[in-house]
Amino acid sequence: MSTLEFLVSLPLIAALAIALGAPARCTALGASVLVFLTTIYCAINYNTSIEDFAAWQFESARTVLDMPGIPTISLAFGLDGISVVLILLSSIVLLAAVLAAPDESKVQGNSRLYYLSLLLIGGGALGAFTATDLFFFYAFHELALIPTFLMIGLFGRGENRIRTAWTITIFLSVGSLILLVGLILLVIKLGAQTFAIADLIALAQGQGIDAASQNWIFLLLLVGFGTLVSLFPFHSWAAPAYAEAPTPVTMLHAGVLKKFGLYGLIRIALPIVPDGFQHWLHLLLILLIGNILFIGLVTIAQRSLDRMLGFSSVMHMGYIFLGIAAFNTMGVSGAVLLMFAHGLSIAALFALNGALRDRFGDLTFRRFGKLGKSLPRLGLLFGFATFAAIGLPGFANFAAEIPIYFGAFDGDASGMNWLRWATVGALWGVVISAVYLLRAYRSIFMGNAPKVRLDDAPDMLLREMLPVILLIAGLLIVGFSPEVLNQYIRPTVNGLFLLSAG
Amino acid sequence: MQVYYLEFFVVALGLVMLMVDAFAKLQDKRSLARLGILGLGVVFLLLFAVQSPSNAASPVWKFYAAPDNLSLFFKGVALLTTILSLVMAIDFAPIVLSKIAPPDQGAHPQAGLGEFYSLPVFVCAGLMWMASANNLVSIFVSIEVVSITFIILAGYMRRNVGSLEAGVKYLILGALSAGFLVYGFAWLYGITGSMELGPITEALAKPGVNSTAAMFAFSLILVSLAFKLGAAPFHIWVPDVYQGAPTPITAFLSVGSKAGAAIVTLRLVYPYLTSPVLGTKALAILVVIAILTLLLGNLGALAQKNLKRLMGYSSVGHSGFLIMALASTSYPGAVNALSPVAVFAYYIGAYLLMTLLVFLVLNVLNAADTGETLDSIRGLAKRSPFLAGILLIALASLAGVPLTTGFIGKFLAFKIALDAGQWMLIAAALIGAAAGFYFYLKIAASMYLDAPSSSDGAAIPVNLLTKVSMVILAILILLTGIVPNVIVKLFS
Repeated sequence: MSTLEFLVSLPLIAALAIALGAPARCTALGASVLVFLTTIYCAINYNTSIEDFAAWQFESARTVLDMPGIPTISLAFGLDGISVVLILLSSIVLLAAVLAAPDESKVQGNSRLYYLSLLLIGGGALGAFTATDLFFFYAFHELALIPTFLMIGLFGRGENRIRTAWTITIFLSVGSLILLVGLILLVIKLGAQTFAIADLIALAQGQGIDAASQNWIFLLLLVGFGTLVSLFPFHSWAAPAYAEAPTPVTMLHAGVLKKFGLYGLIRIALPIVPDGFQHWLHLLLILLIGNILFIGLVTIAQRSLDRMLGFSSVMHMGYIFLGIAAFNTMGVSGAVLLMFAHGLSIAALFALNGALRDRFGDLTFRRFGKLGKSLPRLGLLFGFATFAAIGLPGFANFAAEIPIYFGAFDGDASGMNWLRWATVGALWGVVISAVYLLRAYRSIFMGNAPKVRLDDAPDMLLREMLPVILLIAGLLIVGFSPEVLNQYIRPTVNGLFLLSAG
Repeated sequence: MQVYYLEFFVVALGLVMLMVDAFAKLQDKRSLARLGILGLGVVFLLLFAVQSPSNAASPVWKFYAAPDNLSLFFKGVALLTTILSLVMAIDFAPIVLSKIAPPDQGAHPQAGLGEFYSLPVFVCAGLMWMASANNLVSIFVSIEVVSITFIILAGYMRRNVGSLEAGVKYLILGALSAGFLVYGFAWLYGITGSMELGPITEALAKPGVNSTAAMFAFSLILVSLAFKLGAAPFHIWVPDVYQGAPTPITAFLSVGSKAGAAIVTLRLVYPYLTSPVLGTKALAILVVIAILTLLLGNLGALAQKNLKRLMGYSSVGHSGFLIMALASTSYPGAVNALSPVAVFAYYIGAYLLMTLLVFLVLNVLNAADTGETLDSIRGLAKRSPFLAGILLIALASLAGVPLTTGFIGKFLAFKIALDAGQWMLIAAALIGAAAGFYFYLKIAASMYLDAPSSSDGAAIPVNLLTKVSMVILAILILLTGIVPNVIVKLFS
């Protein structure tokens, strides 16, 4: 069993163990710590001197289906620089989410199912980010989605949770189906004999797909992946789902799983259908500006913390799309780094959102005020997470957004073109996020005396702070020294553009 | 070992069971079922000891095909289905006993139960024979062995109106379909002058073949096969019989009978599809049947409230995917193309695992008197998390969620249709798959998200043998969903 097979199967085996009767929280914690250590091991032993895209390290493959007339399917895993960053993200957020999950006795309902689902989501995400076979790349993502739906319906909050669960199920299933059609067309048009992503890219380098088909395939991929990432206007599932899902599920979905769509665009769409990408670039720019400015204004209008955070997570996807749209080394590197940074910061914000909800229930801003005085630790951590999400220097978000803006502005140097206008528009997004995040901070932690009862609301315990501290520490380390992750991203993204340069 | 010994062993096992029932004065007749399971298990192992025939000149091969992996695979399917149906029948014993006439004074309290366990073994022998039948006579006789026994079994609970109705429906429509089959065979013999499939294939491929007569024979045969497969528009009996028959028999019928019909369909329809004269005409008919079956089966399931009835429609829908694979046969087939035979075999294997798992759970619910409507499994996850988890895996596979064996089956069916460029079929299959996704997952959602319907919160008891069977099937569903080669290597 190779390192990556071990990494992916670990949460799945732990989930099975919980189903068979192992103590839920202990097993889940143990598994996620082991996953974390294994990803660190992979990151340390990763050779950063190879400048190539989809040149897998830690590679392993087992053929699972060979039949005449069907491209061979293999259970294959491997890492390149982009996947290293994403498995680090997955393992950190998985650990934080399990830490932030309530004790078994406090789970309303079947606590085994609760922890088991978290591990399945984590295992599915790790599988999707390390799979080097298109079939399993898709299948592992589905594996992570299904428990997400179930968790929202079963353990979610509010009376609408069943409806919300159906909404997200239908949205994401239809998105996945469109994606599946796009991927199948892609394989057929390439005439591939295997589903190995590296082989597909090699084929695309050779004869490739004709321009008309590329346009169709890219559109399908954009809508499919876009729905999963809550690209405007396919975003309406996101905010209610994040507001009503149990805290750890929101952390995992908003933090990790949502990045699958962006990862897919970089991993599949950019190298295999670049002409289709160029064809729809203007559409993508309009949609991402919709994400940043329109959803940004919607976010400002929210009156409660959970929905505001939900919309803010939709909004920030716009920046990552902008980095991808730049289609140069700087922009795409920034996009990958922002996937990591946003994952950590939104997970931290949702963890704190959960801590507030456990204490006060309803999270409408009007009910709060002056909490900084009675809950100083919560206030401090919330401040850190807010600053990170706004993108202040010192946090990873800053280190990621700057190359995105520079990359996007440089993406097309022919005067004031679409890309430059989009960049200028996107910069206003920084102001918008500062407005709503700082306003949220002020109305909760400063200002007038709160309308909520503070007597039975103790400050955060160490157990609650631990996951947030873990996430913020990650953000600060990468923020002060982005090279920690850029050393992985750079050679791979350089490789991507060496590919497209021919 | 010669391959036809397998059927001898199974028939002998059935006779032994009848004798034991008659003379051994068993305290608990459920031991008979255990004997049957054990015996069939041994025969299943013997499948791997089959050798190629040493007496190739013997006339036996004129009506019984020499063993290849495909026929051995379908024999294995028949054996596994029978074993699992007997496992269900053990749990189902109290319900059967309550629905047959109370025993006379002094008779055994379980009188009438022995045959309920012996008859499926004879069906199994018939199904195994179907997998090897290569002659019109042996095809017809093996089909009738299966059908006649099923008529008895479907109507076994004679104090129950639903079961009687199922028996009578299956009897009348089965007889009608047998008539069509014989008439078709007669025409086929008249056209080709042979009863053996080999010479028939050659005769149909000749340019001078009378195509009107040949297509007439094809239509007659297809009517009968569509009835056995549960394909539209001859599927009307399926929901009623599935709902009325005893649950273990419904399971047996839905998998065993379909697998037998599938292999016979392959053998009888293939000569037409590979004939340069008749191929396109036969294909056109199959495409229409496939589209109808996909739509009527899957859309019909949307409105069902009874789970066994719903599984009936689901079974029709899955037949649609099978026929879709057959209707995507391209002639002359490219060397490296996906063969509809392989898709058929894989789909049947996958269908066996997931359908039997659903019926194992339904059977336990039936035996616990929980009822079989959709309402009765509301909130099942709170009451019996084990059963709910198992059913969730089976339903996910039926719906075609990735990493389950059902996804691979659908994937292969879609792939072959794509290769053949059958866009109408693909559109119908997409609608069918989407509807399937909805109604299977609606059951799953109702188990997990709804409040339990009754106040009775005690866990439903599951006996050890059933539990082990469920876990093995669930593991196989996931394993073959990740490593489909496990099934593929068995038949190719």
